[in-house]
Amino acid sequence: MATLTPTLCRLNVNGEARTCAVAPNATLLDVLRYDLGLTGSKQGCDKGDCGACTVVADGEPVLACISLAIASEGRKITTIEGVAEAGRPHPLQDAFDVTGGAQCGFCTPGILMSAWALLQRNPDPTRAEIAHALSGNLCRCTGYTKIFEAVERAAIELKARA
Amino acid sequence: MPREDRLRPPDWPGGRSAAPERGFSVIGKRNRKLEGLAKVTGRAIYADDITLPRMLHAKLKRSIHAHARLRSIDASAALAMPGVHAVITGRDLPEYFGIIPWTQDEQALCESKARYVGDAIAAVAADSEYLADEALARIRIDYEPLPAVTSIDEALAHPEWRVNEKSAEGNISKHVHLAFGDVEGELERSDVVLEGDYWYEGSTHAPIEPHCCVADFDATGFLTLYSSTQVAHYLHRDLAKVLGLPIQRIRVIQPVVGGAFGGKSDPFSLEFCASKLSMITGRPVKILYTREEVFYAHRGRHPMRLHYRTGIRRDGTLTGVDARIAIDGGAYSSFGLVTTYYSGQLLTAPYRLPAYRFDSTRVFTNKPCCGPKRGHGSVQPRFAFECQIDKLAEAIGRDPIEVRRTNFMGEHTHTVNGMRVTSNGFLECLDQVERASQWKQKFRRLPYGRGVGVAGSMYISGTNYCIYPNEMPQSGVQLKLDRSGRATVFCGASDIGQGSDSVLAYIVAEELGLSLGDIRVVAADTDLTPVDLGSYSSRETFMVGNACLDAARKLRELVAGTLAERWGCAASEITLAAGVACSMRDPKRHAMSVKDAFQLAESRLGTLGSVGWYQSPKLGGDYRGGTIGASPAYSFTAHVAEVDCDPETGVVTVKKIWVAHDCGRALNPVAVEGQMEGSAYMGFAEALMEEQVFKPATPAHGAGLHHGPSLLDYRIPTSLDTPELESLIVESVDPEGPYGAKEAGEGPLHPSIPAIANAIHDALGIRCDALPFHPPRVLGLLRGGDPRAAWAKARAGLARQGGGTGC
Repeated sequence: MATLTPTLCRLNVNGEARTCAVAPNATLLDVLRYDLGLTGSKQGCDKGDCGACTVVADGEPVLACISLAIASEGRKITTIEGVAEAGRPHPLQDAFDVTGGAQCGFCTPGILMSAWALLQRNPDPTRAEIAHALSGNLCRCTGYTKIFEAVERAAIELKARA
Repeated sequence: MPREDRLRPPDWPGGRSAAPERGFSVIGKRNRKLEGLAKVTGRAIYADDITLPRMLHAKLKRSIHAHARLRSIDASAALAMPGVHAVITGRDLPEYFGIIPWTQDEQALCESKARYVGDAIAAVAADSEYLADEALARIRIDYEPLPAVTSIDEALAHPEWRVNEKSAEGNISKHVHLAFGDVEGELERSDVVLEGDYWYEGSTHAPIEPHCCVADFDATGFLTLYSSTQVAHYLHRDLAKVLGLPIQRIRVIQPVVGGAFGGKSDPFSLEFCASKLSMITGRPVKILYTREEVFYAHRGRHPMRLHYRTGIRRDGTLTGVDARIAIDGGAYSSFGLVTTYYSGQLLTAPYRLPAYRFDSTRVFTNKPCCGPKRGHGSVQPRFAFECQIDKLAEAIGRDPIEVRRTNFMGEHTHTVNGMRVTSNGFLECLDQVERASQWKQKFRRLPYGRGVGVAGSMYISGTNYCIYPNEMPQSGVQLKLDRSGRATVFCGASDIGQGSDSVLAYIVAEELGLSLGDIRVVAADTDLTPVDLGSYSSRETFMVGNACLDAARKLRELVAGTLAERWGCAASEITLAAGVACSMRDPKRHAMSVKDAFQLAESRLGTLGSVGWYQSPKLGGDYRGGTIGASPAYSFTAHVAEVDCDPETGVVTVKKIWVAHDCGRALNPVAVEGQMEGSAYMGFAEALMEEQVFKPATPAHGAGLHHGPSLLDYRIPTSLDTPELESLIVESVDPEGPYGAKEAGEGPLHPSIPAIANAIHDALGIRCDALPFHPPRVLGLLRGGDPRAAWAKARAGLARQGGGTGC
C-alpha cells in the first residue's frame, strides 16, 4: 500500500481550495488530519462504526474514515474547524460548552457536525429527530442527555437570530 | 512533628466544608468547563494529534494463539524492508511491570510465551503506519500451541495448564476470605434466608479515543512520553523500571484524553515499545492502537460468578450475608489483587449489616486481562446483592424501598468490616427517586409487561490504600500568583473528561476572587506538576480538591493579611470575590481590584506562591486488606428504573432511569449531572447490551478470539437506545470533602443494573440473574416457568402486607 504513487487531490475544505498529493487509497480523514493539519476530526475506529470522524460534505454528514480523499473532490467539505463564525464559536458549539454536552470531547467534533447538518436542513427538530440524526455517532461519556439539550438550545438561539 | 500532623492540612476556620459567610460565588454554580471551548471547536490536542519532526510510526505484532510457547521469532525480512528502522522483541524489554508492585507479571512484549490472542510479541518502527503494518506481516513466529484455559471452571479444573507462571498456585491469581460478625448465627435467626446464583458478564470501557502515545528520546538521553494515560505517575515509575532509565530523565505528559473509564489506568505495551524504539532509532515514535487492539488491551469489567446467601427478618431487618465469588481475571494481574478485595469489601453500606462474609477467588485465564472499569470490582456484587434484597422484600411482602430505608446504616458510623462512614445522604436519595418516579403509583401496579425497580449503592471517594508503600501526600498542588492578576495551578491530576482541571480552577477562583478566565491549569506533566496519583477510585475531586483548597487558602491568607494591615482591619473581614478585594465592614472606602491586591502582597512579601497537599487520615479495618475499600468519604446512590418489556419477543426497553446521588456538594452541578447520566448510561449498557466475550475453539481457529472487536459488533448504546435519564443531586455536605464534596464519577453506575433487573421482575415475573438481559435470555426465562403466576403472586404478596399505597 505504501508503494502506491501519490496523485494530486483538489479539495474544497471549509471554503478554501486545498491541493495535496495523496495516495489513491488515502482516506479523507487521513488527508484532513495528517496532510491539512485539521486534527479536529477524530479517528475512533477507522471503519465507520463510531462517527468521531464525521464531516459534512455538500450538506450531508459523511464518515471521513471510510471516504476516499480523491472521491471527495468537487464536494464542499466542512469540518469542525469550519463551523465557527468570524472567530467566534457557533451557537451550537457554545451550547455544547454551556450544557456540558462535551465531556472527554473526543466524539464531540463528529457529533457537532451531525447536529450542524441537522439544523441546516431542519431548524426546529424534535428530540426524536435529534436522537435519530445523532444515532451514527457514539458518545461514551454523557448518556446523550446533555447533547440533546445542547442541540435544542442551539436551535432556539439560531431561530432567535434569524 | 508526627507524620499525621505534618501531612494534615490546617483546620481552616469553619472547616473544609463550610461555605463562606457571604455564600459561594463560583462553587455550586453551573459554570463552563475550563477546556470546553477548545473541545467544541476541535482545538483540543489529544495524543494522536501530536506529530513531531522525523516521527516514525510503530505497530505491534500480536499472538494468534490464546496460549503458546514462542520457539523463535525471525524478523529479518521485516528489518530488510526499506523504511523499516527497528524491530524489538521480548528480549529487548525483559523487565516485568504491573500497576500493583506485589503482582508485577507483565512484559511489554512476551519473551517466552503468549497468554492470550492479541498478546504483544514484537514491535516495528517504520516511516509510516502502512509500512509498519506490512513489516509486521513479514515477521515469522514459530509457535508451540499449549492448551488454553478460557473459563473460570477450566482454570480451576486444570491447574497444570498454567496460564501465568507468577501465580503462587495453579491458576489462582488471588484468594481472599474475610468474615465479620456472626454470619451463621445471624442467618439462623432470620425469618427468611435466600440463596441466589448470579453471573455478571464482562464488559469493556470502549472510550472513543483509542490508546495512543508519542515517545521522544532526545540527544541528551532524556525521554518525553506523551500518552493517553489516566495515571501519569504510575506510568512514570514503570517506564523507569522497564526501560532501565533513571526516573528523573523521563517526562510523562498526558495530553487531553478522549475517555478512559479505567481503561487507561495500567501501563500498556505501546508506551514501553514506543519509548524503546525511540531510544534505538533516536527519532520520535508514535503508536496508535487500532480499535481491535483496544478490545484486546481491555482491562475491563471482570466476569464474576456470585453465590449469595442473605437473611432477613419479618420486620425487614437484614441479618447477614454469605458470599462466594469466582472472578475471571484474564491472563495477567493488573489491579486484580484489589479487585478481589473490592468484590466483597465495598458491599457493607449503605445498609447496616451485622454480619458479613465473603470468599473471593480470582483466576487466570487465556484471555485479555481484566482490570478496573468504572465502579471497579464492586458493580458485580452490588448487582447480586440488590437483587437479593428485592427478592427478600418480596418474600416478606414489603416494598423494596421501605426495606432499604429500614436498613439504613445512618451517618458518622462504621460498617461491620471497619469502614468509617461520615456523611450519608442515602435516605434522601431514596426519597427523591421514589417521589420523582411516582413509585407508589407504579410498583406492582402497572400492567403486565411494564414495571419499575429500585436499587441502592455506595462508593469510595478515593482510596486510603497506597498502591506502592510510601508516606508522601496522595495529591499535591502548587499555586503561582502573577502580578498580572493571573493564577496558575500546577497539579498532577488527570482530567479524562470528568473535569478535574475545572475543579482546580473553581476552587482557586472561589478562594482568590478570580474569574475562571484568569486561571490556568497545568496538569499531569511529571516535569512540571507535583504528584497526584491519578484518575482512579473516584479520588480526584476529593483529594485533588482538598490539596488545591489547602494551597489556595494559604495564598488567600497572605493576600488578606496584607490588605488587613493596609486597611487596619482584621483579616477575617477581607473578602476576595468577582475580581474585587474589599473589607466587608467598609467596602466603599476599602476596596481594590484583586490584581492590585496581588501586587500589594507581592511588594510586601515577595514572589507569591504556595503549595498544598492532601493525605487521607488513617482509615480501615485492623486486618490484612483492611485498608482496601477504606475511603475518607463515601457517596451514596439510589436508582429507579422503569421498563417496558415485550413478552412475545423478549425485548426489554428501559423507558427512564431516575438517578439520585449524594455527592456531598456539587462543585458544578452540570459536571455532576454529566457524571450521573454517563454512569447510568454505562450501567444500562452493561445490563442490556454489552458483552466482552470470546469464541470457543472451532476447526477454523483456536479458542480465545474476541466475539466482535469493533464498535459495531460490541453493542454500545446509541442515542436511540439510551433511556431518558433524570439526575437528582443530593448534597449531604461531607465534613472532610472540599466544600463538602464527594465523588460522582463511579458510584451512580452501580444501581442501574439491579434496578433494571428488579424492574423486569415487576414487569414480567421473571428474575434476570445473569447479564446481559438480551432477548434470548429474557425469552428463555419467560418460557422456563410460569412468569404470569409469579407476577401475580408478587402483587398479591405486597397487597396482603399492606406494602402498597392501599388503593
